Amino acid sequence: MNKKEEILSLLESNAKLSAAELAVMVGRPAAEVEKTIADLEANKTILGYNAVVNWEKTSSAPVTALIEVRVTPQRGQGFDHIAQRIFRHDQVKSCYLMSGGFDLMVIIEDKSLKDVAMFVSDKIAPLDSVLSTQTHFILKKYKMNGTEFHSKDEDNREAVVL
Amino acid sequence: MNVDSMLSDKVKAIPPSAIRRFFDLANEMKGQVISLSIGEPDFVTPWAIREAGIYSLETGNTHYSPNQGFIELREAISHYMKRRFHIQYAPKSQVVVTVGGSEAIDIAVRAVVNPGDEVIIPEPCFVAYKNCVLMAGGVPVTIPLRAEDNFVLKPDQLRAALSPKTKMIMLGYPNNPTGAVMSREQLQDIVAVIRDLPVLVLSDELYAELTYEPASHCSIAELDGMAERTILIGGFSKAFAMTGWRIGFACGPESILAAMNKIHQYVIMSSPTTAQDAAIEALRHSHEHITPMREEYNRRRRLVVHACREMGLGCFEPLGAFYVFPDIRSTGLSSNEFCERFLQEEKVAIVPGHAFGECGEGFVRISYASSLENIREAMVRLKRFVERNSPK
Ligand SMILES: Cc1ncc(COP(=O)(O)O)c(C=O)c1O
Repeated sequence: MNKKEEILSLLESNAKLSAAELAVMVGRPAAEVEKTIADLEANKTILGYNAVVNWEKTSSAPVTALIEVRVTPQRGQGFDHIAQRIFRHDQVKSCYLMSGGFDLMVIIEDKSLKDVAMFVSDKIAPLDSVLSTQTHFILKKYKMNGTEFHSKDEDNREAVVL
Repeated sequence: MNVDSMLSDKVKAIPPSAIRRFFDLANEMKGQVISLSIGEPDFVTPWAIREAGIYSLETGNTHYSPNQGFIELREAISHYMKRRFHIQYAPKSQVVVTVGGSEAIDIAVRAVVNPGDEVIIPEPCFVAYKNCVLMAGGVPVTIPLRAEDNFVLKPDQLRAALSPKTKMIMLGYPNNPTGAVMSREQLQDIVAVIRDLPVLVLSDELYAELTYEPASHCSIAELDGMAERTILIGGFSKAFAMTGWRIGFACGPESILAAMNKIHQYVIMSSPTTAQDAAIEALRHSHEHITPMREEYNRRRRLVVHACREMGLGCFEPLGAFYVFPDIRSTGLSSNEFCERFLQEEKVAIVPGHAFGECGEGFVRISYASSLENIREAMVRLKRFVERNSPK
């Protein structure tokens, strides 16, 4: 891993690290690290900084569903055009083109099961090039973006070990 | 009957720990303190290694292994030593799998030390060395290493410590507690002093894999003519985060290994079977297992060194293990006072340098085998504590 990639992977696991701290951790001058980050933001390698939230701990836990969509690709545009039609909706958190038994994997978050079902039947299923959809609701999140949700992160070691 | 009077003289000769009070205090406060006082990885053993241990149990591999360890593991160790450190050991006669590096150190000392033999121990160092020598009836001859030499053993110091009774020198680099490493050139200077003398070397290389650029690990056994008089102690505890599995190994000259095996077979029988199966997996993919942990340690290392220097504590660049050993003499406190008060006032545990030999006085050992959050918070508190205790 070069320094740029090291910085990216550190930020990916903890976006709150300051440029000054990152500089010490990777052993480079602070100014250089600041510039590296600015460049990565400018060329859209870094697209944003997110918190990993366990919404279950709040009163407004959304419903998450994974929709398998089979589509007919369009002449001259392949899957990109239809994918865009779908992922522009705010409810869509992720959208991927897949190999295998279906084409698009669409991850949707909404307030309730009903909202998700309505969204699929209103906005995705009726599209001309959509052949079929299959909706899978997520029941429990164990691990997301590398973070385990229910692990007990205690340090159970002795207080002093020589 | 007075049971106390029944204790062996050897055991009675082992001095009580100089920092007992600090230990008791820290352990009482366990749970309420941030501990940077632990000489073991905070990482859990990588999953693939744990899984190999589980599989071993599942398939009913619950019996004794051969005394010296499974031949597959000894072969894996032999390959690993060759691949990583360019030293050739015959799996059948020059490798023994032990219950941690700890057992390996003990049986190595007992295999060669006669009552009255002198064993040279540069300090500060791992606490077991001196006591193993005492238990074997040997005479520990300590060398106080100097901060201005970055705690590296210098040939003049070694020369002054040698006597006709010297049997062995115990080297522990990368070093616990200082984090110091010794380069090939520095080791060559040491070899030049003992080359023509009948002196053995015990080289404790438990932290070999935790060596940070620009340093790279060099074993004294790699140097010309040294393999035949060096007992190399290796392990899994630090490199693979496997402290609780209790597994390690020793490599060395055939006749010494045969002698060590005699002790090993009677007092230990064989090291844990589950741990041996897990260790085989560890060595099979050693690079993948170790690299992410080493990189993480290195980042934390830089943070701690940087923080110490910023707050005015003298601190050389420790290029090995997971310890930083800053100089706290500017505060006017003894290392014991410093650590006790830091613990009570700021709820952070670190270890007085004194625990690792008298010449560690004036220094403290900070372990960065702890989470980044712990380290960041502990450094904020250390800065506050040092500022409060600096002469105006
Ligand atoms: C320098 C050194 N050698 C040996 C050991 C013993 O390790 P183990 O018995 O877990 O292999 C330790 C443990 O802290 C150590 O720091």
